[in-house]
Amino acid sequence: MSDKIMAYRRDNGRVGVRNHVIILPVDDISNAACEAVCNNIKGTMAIPHAYGRLQFGEDLETHFRTIIGTGANPNVAAVVVIGIEPGWTDKIVKGIEATGKPVFGISIEQKGDLETIRQASWKAKEFVLYASELQREECGMSELWVSTKCGESDTTTGLGSCPTVGNMYDKLLPEGIYGCFGETSEITGAEHLCKARAANEEVGERWYAMWKAYQDDVIFAHQTDDLSDSQPTKGNIEGGLTTIEEKALGNLEKIGRTSTYIDILEPAEAPAKGNGLYFMDSSSAAAECVTLMAAGGAVIHTFPTGQGNVVGNPIVPVIKITANPRTVRTMGEHVDVDVTGILTREKTIDEAGDDLIEMIRRTANGRNTAAEALGHREFSMTKLYRSA
Amino acid sequence: MSNIPQLLVHDHEDNVGVVVVEGLTAGTDMLCVVTHDNSSFKLKAEADVPIGHKIALKDIAEGDTAIKYGEDIGKFIGAVEKGGWVHTHNLKTKRW
Repeated sequence: MSDKIMAYRRDNGRVGVRNHVIILPVDDISNAACEAVCNNIKGTMAIPHAYGRLQFGEDLETHFRTIIGTGANPNVAAVVVIGIEPGWTDKIVKGIEATGKPVFGISIEQKGDLETIRQASWKAKEFVLYASELQREECGMSELWVSTKCGESDTTTGLGSCPTVGNMYDKLLPEGIYGCFGETSEITGAEHLCKARAANEEVGERWYAMWKAYQDDVIFAHQTDDLSDSQPTKGNIEGGLTTIEEKALGNLEKIGRTSTYIDILEPAEAPAKGNGLYFMDSSSAAAECVTLMAAGGAVIHTFPTGQGNVVGNPIVPVIKITANPRTVRTMGEHVDVDVTGILTREKTIDEAGDDLIEMIRRTANGRNTAAEALGHREFSMTKLYRSA
Repeated sequence: MSNIPQLLVHDHEDNVGVVVVEGLTAGTDMLCVVTHDNSSFKLKAEADVPIGHKIALKDIAEGDTAIKYGEDIGKFIGAVEKGGWVHTHNLKTKRW
């Protein structure tokens, strides 16, 4: 198997596998202008979202990290940022500019949508022409940042698709990739095992404190019933998962047998301690989690599913893996890597891991994922609490 | 096709296994494989159980702990006979 890929090397040295020109709103009320620019200039993508006004504190920091991280992601060639006012718009432009890529920021107040759209469209057209001449060049598989999160899990994810991702990490992390897993709430039931998978005791203690804080401040502070209707979800239960403990044990199969995590990341925070596996404090909802991990810098996402989650992301290809034969039969158009052979004992986890690595290589080289072909571009901001 | 298992079990300590074929009917003499070491055994299904759902590997009493992956996955809130269907009607989390 080749360890080389053809990808985009950005000015900051990071390797991207897509070459998007994005039109990025700072806030919800700038979505319309962004979508108008996208409509004017072919080859751009607007990324509308729901928030960005009157947020404060840690919630605002998460918002900024998510927007800046999305623009900074190596899968993005250039960015037009549109906000309602110049202050937060400039903050986001500066954050993205640190990568060295072309960024243009504009704010709507004292111009109106139409003048904003006019100026932003001229710039977006310039960026599309610039991006269209960037060439893929030879890069190493080991330079990839690959995240993971599973969704619409069932008992087949713990048997097949999650161990497939784990096998991939056990093979590629030693080669030098960055990995990222998370889903804080869905570790509940396997927290003792997750804590033990930290690279050292200090990291494990920090991980446990983070998990416990989530449990106390979010779950126990807000629960109105016993959560049995939410965790596991209705889809999980339909797929045979009965308890959160069972779900968590399957979930944790994604980090394999030998991998250990070296640091804990805030939501949307970029890893800063070198290559290796990271845990990101993140929602277990698919679109929110993939959005946060993409903002943290992942360029490919591996997504095990049982019952068939259809999620995608605007800037990061999401590779779907399933071991459930009913899901392959009824919604096969969403599946990139079919590992049903693990259940029939015709394929080993080791072979399935190799299949996934090969699909990562092909995806990095430009193969569209099922989610990309089907137009799945879910971008969901994480909101920590009510706005001011 | 005869060597394709109907039930997979993660670990030898487990008292439940997972149905991995569609349309399993009561009375099927299931081929069961323990994924940990690929060892196998036979077990008769006592119910029609959908793919992905669990079956008890032994007679279980109310209050017993369910073991899967060699780990505690919750408490039984009802008795289950060997070969019987295990799900939310007889198994519950210990967390909430």
